[in-house]
Amino acid sequence: MGRIADAFENARSENRAALVIYLCAGDPDLNATVELVVAAAESGADIVELGVPFSDPTADGPAIQRAAQRSLRGGTTLAKVLETVRVIRSRTHIPILLFGYYNPILSYGEQKLVDDAAESGADGFLVVNLPPEESAGLRGPAVERGLDFVPLVAPTSDPHRIQQAGEMATSFIYYVSMTGVTGSTATDLASASKRAAALQRELGRPLAIGFGVKTKADVATVSPHADGVVVGSAVVQAIEVAASTDEAVLAVRALVSELAGGLARQ
Amino acid sequence: MRYLARLMQPLESVSGRYGPYGGRYVAETLMPALDELSRAYEECQGDPAFQAELDSLLHHYAGRETPTCLASRLSAEVGMRIWLKREDLCHTGAHKVNNTIGQILLAKRMHKTRIIAETGAGQHGVATATACALMGLPCEVFMGAEDVRRQAPNVQRMELLGAKVHSVTSGSATLKDAMNEALRDWVTNVRTTHYCVGSVAGPHPYPMIVRDFQAVIGRESRVQMLEQAGKLPDAVVACVGGGSNAMGIFAGFIDDAAVRLIGVEAAGDGVATGKHAAPLCAGGVGVLHGAKSYVLQTADGQIVEAHSISAGLDYPGVGPEHAWLKDTGRATYTAVTDDAALDGFQQLCRTEGIIPALETSHAFAYLPTLAKELGPDADVLVCLSGRGDKDLETVIEQLAERG
Ligand SMILES: Cc1ncc(COP(=O)(O)O)c(C=O)c1O
Repeated sequence: MGRIADAFENARSENRAALVIYLCAGDPDLNATVELVVAAAESGADIVELGVPFSDPTADGPAIQRAAQRSLRGGTTLAKVLETVRVIRSRTHIPILLFGYYNPILSYGEQKLVDDAAESGADGFLVVNLPPEESAGLRGPAVERGLDFVPLVAPTSDPHRIQQAGEMATSFIYYVSMTGVTGSTATDLASASKRAAALQRELGRPLAIGFGVKTKADVATVSPHADGVVVGSAVVQAIEVAASTDEAVLAVRALVSELAGGLARQ
Repeated sequence: MRYLARLMQPLESVSGRYGPYGGRYVAETLMPALDELSRAYEECQGDPAFQAELDSLLHHYAGRETPTCLASRLSAEVGMRIWLKREDLCHTGAHKVNNTIGQILLAKRMHKTRIIAETGAGQHGVATATACALMGLPCEVFMGAEDVRRQAPNVQRMELLGAKVHSVTSGSATLKDAMNEALRDWVTNVRTTHYCVGSVAGPHPYPMIVRDFQAVIGRESRVQMLEQAGKLPDAVVACVGGGSNAMGIFAGFIDDAAVRLIGVEAAGDGVATGKHAAPLCAGGVGVLHGAKSYVLQTADGQIVEAHSISAGLDYPGVGPEHAWLKDTGRATYTAVTDDAALDGFQQLCRTEGIIPALETSHAFAYLPTLAKELGPDADVLVCLSGRGDKDLETVIEQLAERG
């Protein structure tokens, strides 16, 4: 079993959801990313989704769009993100899921990416615009190397597509709580969580709920039902408003600790 | 009536591949909507009532068939026989309306209650707003802030037609960013909204649907050439932004192996300067806006901003079927600069009394080069994709700068 599946197992044994924290690599810079991931790990995050910035992030709202732009202006590339993962690995064992869009991956080379990602210590891939139908070129090599491929299920997915995602998942499934981009306000997190709970029973795989989860209260709404909860834009925004890397680290520590406080199941 | 709005049988596999190109690289949330669109389109293809309604609107409302005419004075200047397929005479002034009437009819069939579109030059935005006004659907158009500025008359037209225009400031604030924003809206409102894509780009089935709706250009002009020239053209030339007017006219001749198909991209300041919009001529294979095709990108897969005097060609991607036509050699692609396009623009005004769109002017700018190769006996059909009223401000400004 990989680190990601272990993290879900561990959270389950503590009778809570796993807390997944999204950070955009290279925002504000790649050295800061190392510190921010360590801070998140030390403050209660179970898994980190490390965003690989892309020039045209069509599934992201303004906060993550701005983070990606800052990162790209600083010269972040996929190769540099992998170097950063290697540095992070010398500091923490937290599972790292590379999260991004397909074109930088295609450009890097799928097999080469899988090899280099495995060597750097990354644990898997989630590619927003790579649905199951298009994913064989990355998923095949990834699974062979023991890396996870995380499929998505959306509120619009029909039973056939949900089944397909279940079959492709190697560790967990990412459940998009609503139709929308990242950073939107979820209208009904409670029912999305209950639906996720039903799906994870049906599929026999953990589901993590993302999109629209921002506060401790949101985490507390999700945690009793789903196996995982993802917070992204709120973390990215906390980093954006910080005046320095030190301040950003403190802000991430405070926010992640607070979010983790919402995980307890009564 | 013989404007031939028949929809072609799809050549694509279910996944919408053109060789290695095309496909569906979108968020999971949109995948069911693309399936729904594919199913709806398939139903329409087999439904005579849909065909009849489309035919009737294209004829009585949009003014099809459009003429093909011999451009005698231009021919004499350039040194070969040049035939013009007059899409500038379509209602709204460009070929874009062929597609929007089809798609809005389709959207109504799918019981969608809201339409969104992206636009560069504003022609697709105007054509979408027009079809929405005609069929009573609310319409919102995403347009880069830079294009809102340089195509102001079209913004006013869209607003008069009842559409809401969103000025997009992210990225390069041009067509690419407008399409990003339209996709973000669609992923949010996908249950109620149809995204009316304006070119043969985007995820499957859009490249197929838009080609099929535009193929009327090729089918009409093939018949017209046989009637008027007594032969097929030696070459067919069209400008390529996303590639819809080119795919539409190429579709009519694709099985005529002796007819050369030539697409003209925007070379901006010159392909060598890096400031251009010529992914087929100078880009690499990548994935943008849901499809695999040629794109302008950096060595690590970030999309690069395009540069063109013409808002409708100012796009770093191109439809996937063009990528396949290029690789197979069935079509060839070339690029002309902003400057050459301005020359082509003026030449058509002066010789034929037709003010073309700046997009279209790129096709004309290539003709002198082609004439040297083909000689005076050649018959060349050019897709006159749109008229240039919208571009007067840009052209006058640029010509003043030239002095
Ligand atoms: C008149 C005209 N021609 C051509 C284009 C380019 O689009 P396409 O390559 O899809 O025909 C546009 C786009 O705005 C246009 O307005």
